[in-house]
Amino acid sequence: MHEIHLADEAAQLALGGRLAERLRAPFVLYLQGDLGCGKTTLTRGLLRGLGHQGAVRSPTYTLIEPYTLATTQLYHLDLYRLTDPEELDYLGLRDLLEIPAIWVIEWPECGAGALPPPDLRLQLEHRTDGRCLRPVATTEAGLALARVLYEG
Amino acid sequence: MRVLGIETSCDETGVALYDGEHGLLAHAIYSQIPIHAEYGGVVPELASRDHVRKALPLIREVLDKAELTRTDIDAVAFTAGPGLIGALLVGAALGRSLAWALGVPAVGVHHMEGHLLAPLLEDSAPAFPFVALLVSGGHTQLVDVTGVGRYRILGESLDDAAGEAFDKTAKILGLSYPGGPVLSRLAEQGDPTRYRFPRPMTDRPGLDFSFSGLKTFALNTLREAEAEADGAIDAQTRADIARAFEEAVVDTLVIKCRRALRETGRRRLVLAGGVSANRRLRARMGEALAAEGREAHYPRPELCTDNGAMIAYAGWQRLNAGATEPLLFKPRARWPMEELQPVGPAII
Repeated sequence: MHEIHLADEAAQLALGGRLAERLRAPFVLYLQGDLGCGKTTLTRGLLRGLGHQGAVRSPTYTLIEPYTLATTQLYHLDLYRLTDPEELDYLGLRDLLEIPAIWVIEWPECGAGALPPPDLRLQLEHRTDGRCLRPVATTEAGLALARVLYEG
Repeated sequence: MRVLGIETSCDETGVALYDGEHGLLAHAIYSQIPIHAEYGGVVPELASRDHVRKALPLIREVLDKAELTRTDIDAVAFTAGPGLIGALLVGAALGRSLAWALGVPAVGVHHMEGHLLAPLLEDSAPAFPFVALLVSGGHTQLVDVTGVGRYRILGESLDDAAGEAFDKTAKILGLSYPGGPVLSRLAEQGDPTRYRFPRPMTDRPGLDFSFSGLKTFALNTLREAEAEADGAIDAQTRADIARAFEEAVVDTLVIKCRRALRETGRRRLVLAGGVSANRRLRARMGEALAAEGREAHYPRPELCTDNGAMIAYAGWQRLNAGATEPLLFKPRARWPMEELQPVGPAII
């Protein structure tokens, strides 16, 4: 799938909003890319689209931020500070995974082996004129959601 | 009453003994002390947040330092939230069962209440009421405090905490992670006039913060400087960016604290949390408040970051007021500070 250009923060938020329209639990979304390339901003747009009104805090320190939404539970993870996937045990992750929910996981590479496989990976990269996004779908549900990104 | 405090809400394992008459007797944080004896001279690399294996040696360490034994413990306080649920469960299970085995009361403590009351452990303790700025890697919060357990959130970060913005900007500048304190040292060599970063959310009313944009601003500034210098920027440019970033964070915090003091009419500001150890912040805040006839209070640097002393102290305050934890304990990952039970009357 080809790259999608995101000029600014508004475009990142809008894209998150578009994803929210079709996103249904259970779903595992990986967000990959360097610091400051807009992973949490995209998640903010997604949560707004799912009806969350409050703040969307970065989960870098808390590692996991749970959200109870109208139709589903969403877990926003940021594994940047993990040095060993084994540390995920201390989060009680295994218990949480038994509930059908939407999982948005930043820095999944830090939790390799201890995470559920993704339906869709979104790779974000810096460009001189903003950010670019490349979707990689690995399931039917992921492919269906990725198509939304190219509409409208 | 001698209270053993146990803190395991996030990354650090901290233990302390606080005595109602004699103050803080001893405290220790795992990452800061060598525990050679416990492991026969070899200190194993324990994973972050592996509180299970760190807590017991720390309790022994603290009792040794205070020259006391387990039977000298009159009560146990443990962090009951907010934090990582797996990490909290370790401290809560340990604290509650230790108290049961010793036949003494136990109390669950709110982690942020611990931070907020930490300056009261110092000789020049501030009197109620005051405004507290809790500023760390995980939090940026302004709280109006009219007594123990009487907290009103005035404002907080809507995205990244100030300390997180420091650590991530350090990483963007090529420093190690977490590199907030390293960034501050680099900033000392920086020219404050070369770059100017925005002061987020200061141009509108309100006491909320947003630091995520500053990290992106630092990244864009670095990219532009690299483009101008054909990819190879000099050390001075990095220092200048670090300086501009730190100036922006410090200015923003000072502006919001002054605004909070004006709006509440309080005369005293308490700073707590890891970022409150930042020298430029302390100097700038001190000057700004002194000019208005107001005071700033800080705990000593080692009590700014997560520690057991603040949990022992906050627990002592609550035990004094009759609070205890039943044998059934329930740590909370999320726990709004405003839900806490007040201890004593409000002082306004």
